[in-house]
Amino acid sequence: MRPFTYERPATLAAAIGILEARGTEAIALAGGTDLIISLRDGSVTPEVVVDVKAIEDLGATIRVDRDQLVIGARVVMEDIARDPRVRRDFIALAEAAAVVGSVQIRNRATLAGNICNASPAADTAPALLIYGAQVVAVGPGGTRRISIDDFFLGPGVCALAPGELVTEIELPLPAQPRGAVHVRRTRRRGHDLASVTLACAVLGDGSVRLSYGSVGPRPLLVTAEATVLADAGASAEAWSASLEPLLAAASPSARSMRASPEYRLAMLRVLALRALDTARRRLAEGAAA
Amino acid sequence: MIDAYPIEVTVNGRKRSLRVAPHHTLLEVLRDDLGLTGSKECCLVGECGACTVMLDGRNVDSCLVLAVEADGGDVTTVEGVASGGRLSRIQQAFLDHGAAQCGFCIPGQIVSAEALLATNPHPSRKEVEEGLAGNLCRCAGYEQIIEAVLAAADPDAPAGSVERAPGARSVGSDPAATPDARVAPQ
Ligand code: FES
Ligand code: FES
Repeated sequence: MRPFTYERPATLAAAIGILEARGTEAIALAGGTDLIISLRDGSVTPEVVVDVKAIEDLGATIRVDRDQLVIGARVVMEDIARDPRVRRDFIALAEAAAVVGSVQIRNRATLAGNICNASPAADTAPALLIYGAQVVAVGPGGTRRISIDDFFLGPGVCALAPGELVTEIELPLPAQPRGAVHVRRTRRRGHDLASVTLACAVLGDGSVRLSYGSVGPRPLLVTAEATVLADAGASAEAWSASLEPLLAAASPSARSMRASPEYRLAMLRVLALRALDTARRRLAEGAAA
Repeated sequence: MIDAYPIEVTVNGRKRSLRVAPHHTLLEVLRDDLGLTGSKECCLVGECGACTVMLDGRNVDSCLVLAVEADGGDVTTVEGVASGGRLSRIQQAFLDHGAAQCGFCIPGQIVSAEALLATNPHPSRKEVEEGLAGNLCRCAGYEQIIEAVLAAADPDAPAGSVERAPGARSVGSDPAATPDARVAPQ
């Protein structure tokens, strides 16, 4: 690994100060499960690595704040996957967090780090998109909230400005009954990057929110009001016909090693239909949302 | 650029004051500076788990942790699992079930198994599989490893009563009972 300077600021102000002063020479380190690989293979070569794990203001807890569940930037995937409130109200996020890497990875990797990497294949992204998450970012210009749909710009590029750090991720608590699920397709059983990763929610008002990743430069969100996709009694033909336009935005790259575009698109259909089925059932059972 | 940072870290119950280069991983410091070579260096990308150690009670891939990040932390490697000259229940079960073949992955398997049983003392077979999914075994001794962990979790269960994968056979079971048995029990 190429040598670098290590900083472990204790305050948000100090961290932002270093990040702003050093610009592209500096990089923030959260769980490190992606960054340390990039540092070792030389694809990232910072002069200074800013470890954000000692910053008290970056929440280390999951808490309910009025009508939102707030996940602090230092919370790791394993704790999200196991949290009873996440499992009850944001089951697709719990399911997605539970398939990120292995236990060892989930014990280090943070949700904030996962979204800042802006990998098109990030498993937590579709779940955050269907739930309408907001990213709270603090930087030299103060605090701002970025809708998760505006946060992902392209492969490896998120909406954070230089010197900004994600402090929290806010999830609005469900305002109506909902059934949701996360599913994915990988090359092999066990831990692997997704060839298709998808989450959907069927809502009590008959609308559907569907999000998919690893089939284009960034994860996408599509929605449909009053759709037969929410209707458990509709026919398979009707479901397929209504689904088709929702998948039109998928544009998998032919250059990826993991799967061909044809395969990804075929699997996207299969996974979407299965996920909708599960989401409708969960809505009917009134279980996890 | 600062070449070495002072860190304080407890390793297998012993407090250590070290000076480490910021770009050295916890794995490198454990192996090269402290001579604790039980944790293995293998894929270095968080796939194999051969480098697994416990950091503040959680199993992590030490190849993906900088040594400076462990400052103030509590690390347990496979060398610290036995106590008072006695193997841990999990280590003993690995021996009893012939779970180690070449042995390369075993330190990581044992640390992950210790972490699993610490949080979930009576896991189901599926939970053991998931708990150890980050530990690859090139010798593919998974069946014996899983049996060993289940047996360690439930030492009073009569031998052979642990949940098996369909068609699986453990080392030490009666070879005559299965027509395709070609390997004598060890
Ligand atoms: S060497 Fe660390 S996970 Fe393989
Ligand atoms: S015993 Fe050889 S790699 Fe697992």
